[in-house]
Amino acid sequence: MTASEKKQLMAMACKVRMGIIEGTHGAKAGHPGGSLSAADVFTYLYFKELNVDPKNPKWEDRDRFVLSKGHTAPGLYAALANRGFFPVEDLVTLRHVGSYLQGHPNMNTVPGVDMSTGSLGQGVSAAAGMALMGKRQGKSCRVYTLLGDGEIEEGQVWEAMMFAHHYRLDNLCVIIDNNGLQIDGPVDQVMSPYPIVDKLRAFGLETVEADGHDFDQLEAAFARARQTKGVPTAIVMKTLKGKGVSYMEGQAGWHGKAPNDEEYEIAMNELRAQLAQVEGM
Amino acid sequence: MADVKKVATRDSYGAALKELGALHDDLIVFDADLAGSTKTGVFQKAFPDRHFNCGIAEGNMMAVAAGAAAMGMVAFASSFAMFAAGRAFEQIRNSVGYPQLNVKIGATHGGISVGEDGASHQCCEDFALMRSIPGMVVMSPADDVEARAAVKAAYAHQGPVYLRFGRLAVPVFHDEANFQFEIGKGEVLQEGNDVAIIANGLLVREAIEAGKALKEEGISARIINLCTIKPLDEELVVKAARECGRVITCEEHSIVGGLGEAVSALLSEKCPAPVRRIGINDVFGYSGPAAALLKEFGLSAEHIAEAARDFCGK
Repeated sequence: MTASEKKQLMAMACKVRMGIIEGTHGAKAGHPGGSLSAADVFTYLYFKELNVDPKNPKWEDRDRFVLSKGHTAPGLYAALANRGFFPVEDLVTLRHVGSYLQGHPNMNTVPGVDMSTGSLGQGVSAAAGMALMGKRQGKSCRVYTLLGDGEIEEGQVWEAMMFAHHYRLDNLCVIIDNNGLQIDGPVDQVMSPYPIVDKLRAFGLETVEADGHDFDQLEAAFARARQTKGVPTAIVMKTLKGKGVSYMEGQAGWHGKAPNDEEYEIAMNELRAQLAQVEGM
Repeated sequence: MADVKKVATRDSYGAALKELGALHDDLIVFDADLAGSTKTGVFQKAFPDRHFNCGIAEGNMMAVAAGAAAMGMVAFASSFAMFAAGRAFEQIRNSVGYPQLNVKIGATHGGISVGEDGASHQCCEDFALMRSIPGMVVMSPADDVEARAAVKAAYAHQGPVYLRFGRLAVPVFHDEANFQFEIGKGEVLQEGNDVAIIANGLLVREAIEAGKALKEEGISARIINLCTIKPLDEELVVKAARECGRVITCEEHSIVGGLGEAVSALLSEKCPAPVRRIGINDVFGYSGPAAALLKEFGLSAEHIAEAARDFCGK
């Protein structure tokens, strides 16, 4: 990736993070922590990796993305809006009565959303079903799905991994956002999913580890996933929950809480400063 | 009765899938290690590349089917009713029902007539679970002719459908040449004005037999087959209640949440009339041959006729 491309992605990631703050502040609810930890991968997916067309969201041959950790809809919506699927100004209507931006992704109301999700552990199965049919239909499209590290405590996730390997779904890329925190605290204290990579390997997946906030590493990981034949690939990303907003970073308490007006100003000022810094690079 | 052809509706399901599969390339089938029993194996044999075993993982199967439907396919997903409607309820609710995806759940081995396997496998709660999901079509066909027609109607219908089939071979009483099927439309099998007997599944045949016996005794029973529990044929049910004054519902399902409650709720709002519900009386079943269990649990023509006599004060 060129330096200017990387700079553009970094700048866009700042805008996606601002969208997350705008959305959750506007909703007075929602999940900023896990949206921010995944903001860089949302940005990478929608501005580099995915073959999608905002003017034709239902284009049959598009790559699919399923947000299995559906509660981080604010992050997905911010990426979709900035990519041109719908107006960025609409992000503040998140979770409002009558808004198409439902609290969790709704494929029938939000342009660009490929699967309705929110109940953990189900999106990954739906993604596997899409990948299976993509192969059957002879499509070259790929299917991506993002899971939380708490989410993989759901048994269904492992049913899906078994399925994806059994049917050799090498067009499926599973991404795990290993931010280390879930609602009740650190994942290893609540119900340890570790060792994550070993478990995925035992299920037959190709695994790649990456820093989820480093675009060079994300690029290498997704390239590896595309090159892998015969088995699905899992990218296990180390991330920081709340990344980009100082007082949210590493705090489980910001899993599902919206910033108030004062906190909103602090967060937006921090993100504006980060954006200015990136643009000055 | 001896020469009446008997077919289990699960066999009708397999046969209909195979028939549809030859016509429609977008039809795919998922099963959860029960293809031999659910009869999706019949489809599998004909179209091996369109049948996917998901192993013993029903929750995953339902969401996989949802993903397949999101890719434009018409996905049939099968298991026993207990594990399809029961175990995978929430996957069906959230990944199939909420997004209104084109998944058809073919649930076999519904009801007490599962028999020897006992209570763990005798699903008498599936109508209640499935009809609680917005937009879900719920059907329980009565015989081979109706079951095959229901599968075809389910394929043609845009959106989620739950189909319940039985394990037990049951008499075929519909005349295929003159049979018309429409989702949401009931069928009057015998006219009558003293009592309306509304049934579905294998109890339709029992209701017909009860109707004949009652007729000989001078009780005029209207026998109605309501294959579709949701959406309910409101017009037919209200008309029956208005003209007969009393209604008996018969289902191989708990009296909680099924056909009986659907009919009772409708009538209490639109045409109050006394209703008696014949079904599993809020208890678990137990092991035994299907025929014996149906009698044990009062799901027989004799029991229906007795309830009607009592209801009519005769």
